[in-house]
Amino acid sequence: MADAVKLSKLIEDNKSILEVYQGHEYIKDDEIYVSDIYRPGLELTGYFDFYPAQRIQLLGRTEISYAARLDHDIRMHVFNKMATMATPCFLISRSLPVPKELAEAAEEAQIPILRTGESTTYISSILTEYLRARLAKRTSIHGVLVEIKGMGVLLTGASGVGKSETALGLVQRGHRLIADDRVDAFQKDHNTVVGEAPKILRHLMEIRGIGIIDVMNLFGAGAVKSRTEIQLVINLVNWDPKANYDRLGFEENTRTLCNVPIPQVNIPVKVGRNIESIIEVAAMNFRAKQMGYDAAQTFDNNLTSLISEHSKEDTNKEPHHND
Amino acid sequence: MEKRDFHIIAETGIHARPATLLVQAASKFGSDVNLEYNGKSVNLKSIMGVMSLGVGQNADVTITAEGDDEKDALDAIADTMKKEGLAE
Repeated sequence: MADAVKLSKLIEDNKSILEVYQGHEYIKDDEIYVSDIYRPGLELTGYFDFYPAQRIQLLGRTEISYAARLDHDIRMHVFNKMATMATPCFLISRSLPVPKELAEAAEEAQIPILRTGESTTYISSILTEYLRARLAKRTSIHGVLVEIKGMGVLLTGASGVGKSETALGLVQRGHRLIADDRVDAFQKDHNTVVGEAPKILRHLMEIRGIGIIDVMNLFGAGAVKSRTEIQLVINLVNWDPKANYDRLGFEENTRTLCNVPIPQVNIPVKVGRNIESIIEVAAMNFRAKQMGYDAAQTFDNNLTSLISEHSKEDTNKEPHHND
Repeated sequence: MEKRDFHIIAETGIHARPATLLVQAASKFGSDVNLEYNGKSVNLKSIMGVMSLGVGQNADVTITAEGDDEKDALDAIADTMKKEGLAE
């Protein structure tokens, strides 16, 4: 479970929009523990009661121009107070000039200053999302995560039902593997769950009889992906001749992952059933449903009109039958 | 071969859900089970076939079963018909 993001990694991953203005030497061991970004506002007026020091401190046009109106001593005072041990870094947006007092305060507290050419709101949302994805609490799920034509599908089912073998078949048909056996999922926002592989298992699969295989090595870079949104759960169950399976597709099940209900389809597995192609179709049928076309519902409506037509004919044929 | 006639009384006719139940009942038996309506006959173990008939209220249908358990099959189907309010 990730509980901190290294500042050096954040800068590396966002180097197209971030530059280090000063304090290179303070970056190395710096870590960020919270995903929220803070824009100090009232702090500039001297109010520090609820100052969230552990966040990245982002200063934009409003903050910089307000600070410019303060007296030198006051400016020095507030920037010194902002630069605490817990503060990971300062970030200046719109490539604005860095106030001299801020540079001094940061240097003294050994905090790096970063700068970006982007606007304040934009950089704030980019970094919040970046940090949230890395700091969110992970839940481990037993299953295989694949991406079928761009749709994240989690395969679940009892051990030995053939999840990995099915996923391998899907990869051979041109789909992508995200994680085999253990999927680490986190809630990205109120209705989105993202899954990824634990680092040590990335691109790897275990196939009974063969052992561990590296999917990227065998099938190429197009066969793997690091993370994907989980949009559908396909639960594989061993075929039970006595069980009744959903024949028409009216059943709607969900499985809750990280507090988000995700639609789930149960698919019975038996020898001779081509599970890969059934899963491909299930995923595409679900996609069609999301896009507004529900084959089962359309059929249901057509059937209703056909039945009512026949009812009318049959009623007219035998009026004596009505009591 | 066993044969029985049913007069459908359910307002919705043999719609998707009742069709599923009839097919489930028929599928439990080894006999060949067929449903005949309006001169067309379909396999009562095939859900799409049953629904394709669009059997409505006041329809007369004939169900036939042929095999070792033909009588039990028809009894079970009659039971489902009654329980689901499809036919008297």
